[in-house]
Amino acid sequence: MGKTIIEKIIADHTTEDVTPGNIVWMGIDVRSARDFGGANVVKNLEAYYPDQSKVDDPEKTFFTFDCVVPAKTIGYAENQQIARVFARNYLARKNLFDVDAGIGSHVMIEKGIAVPGTTVVGTDSHLNILGAIGSFGQGMGDQDIAFAFKTGITWFEVPESMTIIIEGKPASNAFAKDVTLGVLQEIGSKGSLGKAIEFYGNTVESLDLAGRITLASMVTEMGGIIGLITPNKEVIHYCQNRSNKDFAIHKADRDAIYTESLELDFTNLEPLIALPPSPANVKPVSEVAGKPVDSVIVASCTNGRYEDLALVAKMVKGKKIHTDVMMKIVPATKEVYAQLLENGLINILFEAGAIISNPGCGGCAAGQIGMTGKGEVQVSTGNRNFAGKQGAGDTYLASPATAASTALAGEISVPEL
Amino acid sequence: MKKPTTLEGRVIVIKDQNGKPIDDIDTDMIFHNKHLHITELNEMGQYTFGNLQGWESFPEKAKSGDILIVGKNFGAGSSRQQAVDCFRSLSIQMIVGESFGAIYKRNAINSGIPLMIAPEIMIDDLKTGDNIKINLITGEIFNVSNNRSLKSAIPLSKVQLDIYQAGTLFDYGRKKE
Ligand code: SF4
Repeated sequence: MGKTIIEKIIADHTTEDVTPGNIVWMGIDVRSARDFGGANVVKNLEAYYPDQSKVDDPEKTFFTFDCVVPAKTIGYAENQQIARVFARNYLARKNLFDVDAGIGSHVMIEKGIAVPGTTVVGTDSHLNILGAIGSFGQGMGDQDIAFAFKTGITWFEVPESMTIIIEGKPASNAFAKDVTLGVLQEIGSKGSLGKAIEFYGNTVESLDLAGRITLASMVTEMGGIIGLITPNKEVIHYCQNRSNKDFAIHKADRDAIYTESLELDFTNLEPLIALPPSPANVKPVSEVAGKPVDSVIVASCTNGRYEDLALVAKMVKGKKIHTDVMMKIVPATKEVYAQLLENGLINILFEAGAIISNPGCGGCAAGQIGMTGKGEVQVSTGNRNFAGKQGAGDTYLASPATAASTALAGEISVPEL
Repeated sequence: MKKPTTLEGRVIVIKDQNGKPIDDIDTDMIFHNKHLHITELNEMGQYTFGNLQGWESFPEKAKSGDILIVGKNFGAGSSRQQAVDCFRSLSIQMIVGESFGAIYKRNAINSGIPLMIAPEIMIDDLKTGDNIKINLITGEIFNVSNNRSLKSAIPLSKVQLDIYQAGTLFDYGRKKE
């Protein structure tokens, strides 16, 4: 019987029978924890394995601090310090990505730690973003991650798979985020509950790495285990360069079994926006255009790449952000920040009136760039707009282009490109 | 010493006043978030189902060794481990349900409490107070009180059995050392 991509990746990491519904023990190539959850991982290891080694393989074990960087509350500072001391004691020094590094999942792609076909676990619920390069990333609780640190394995129930095939060229002012919101609009917040998605079709194939990251990042909001995109030449080349490793590229077998296959035609797809309080509450931007906003944030694991911020810089160059809008920009990683600096884009964004933060998650989970107040209307390029997630205000989710045109206009507005 | 793979005990069937199964019981109904600061296992039991209408007195009613019978999507919602541990705290022997939230299932397996999926357990005429015998390896369920076989549960996976036999996920990890 043919196998899907997720079944092939799991099969590479276990000796047991990989059939959907079966629970198997699976080897983990990369084990990680972030500042959120990391301290509990350490506490679990200390409580359960007091006089033993706590890490199966220090080379394969990582800490990435990204939620609140640098820590702005004592609680976060203490938790980071617990994890930092543990990392210094038990891990290779290069495996501690401290408060300056950026979003862990992105750092792992950039540093060649996660490559196609690998298994990666961590305490970040968006770690399945690694599906963008064909790697099986998965977020888990602190007990699960402590166990993975200690043993290098975890158990996993082999998920069923579904395919989503997207064809057609979206309108010139619609981007990867609009495609992603388009899928959410189609399938809703439970559309891929407990399943692995395989994305196909020419719309998906033409996405660059940043665009693939955007699409994969919101599979969590669709309820999915992971969304896998088969790496194209560009992605394979990138990952080889970054890792100096060879890796297998898994393609699904022709006779692989899927629970469902969805075909979407996104020809001339227009810019979309998710209204509060759910990422699946998607409407065309044109329907809510004109709504005054107080803040705009371009950030997050969904849209904090260089390509995202460069587009924003291009759109605001030589213009001024609306006086009533605070515009916050958070590069995903230190490398993205360096690129912006090198290419003079920080200057352009600054001149336009934006606040530019050091890299990290920034906007979610009470990050360093601040939250929204009650009544505040915010347009964010992030992935969640649940009540309270980014503060007490109302958050709308949109593409960097929509965010930029909204920041300039002071009201939600359709980007013109 | 190996743990038994056939368990026997009195069941508590979670239904509403009209005798209908209660589906979608989320982790806030099982163990309310106002008690999340509690980390001691023996303090957790008293709050079990504190937020599930009609079942607030569950901690007094439950006896050590009882088997909990629940409906669909039990343990939906947050990832809190206490929603599993509160039952261990009351020495509930195992949980049998029609389906479970994904994270709840993970947490239960990791804590070593046998959790079985029996897709039609609520259809069978099983009453609180009945005694059942359940085979973790075959999934067979037998109502000792009226001498009748019930529709089977899905057998425990090897992983689940491994962890159950070791104690908890961490005990299992310790053994692998
Ligand atoms: S940017 Fe937000 S959603 Fe993404 S990893 Fe960070 S906290 Fe999670």
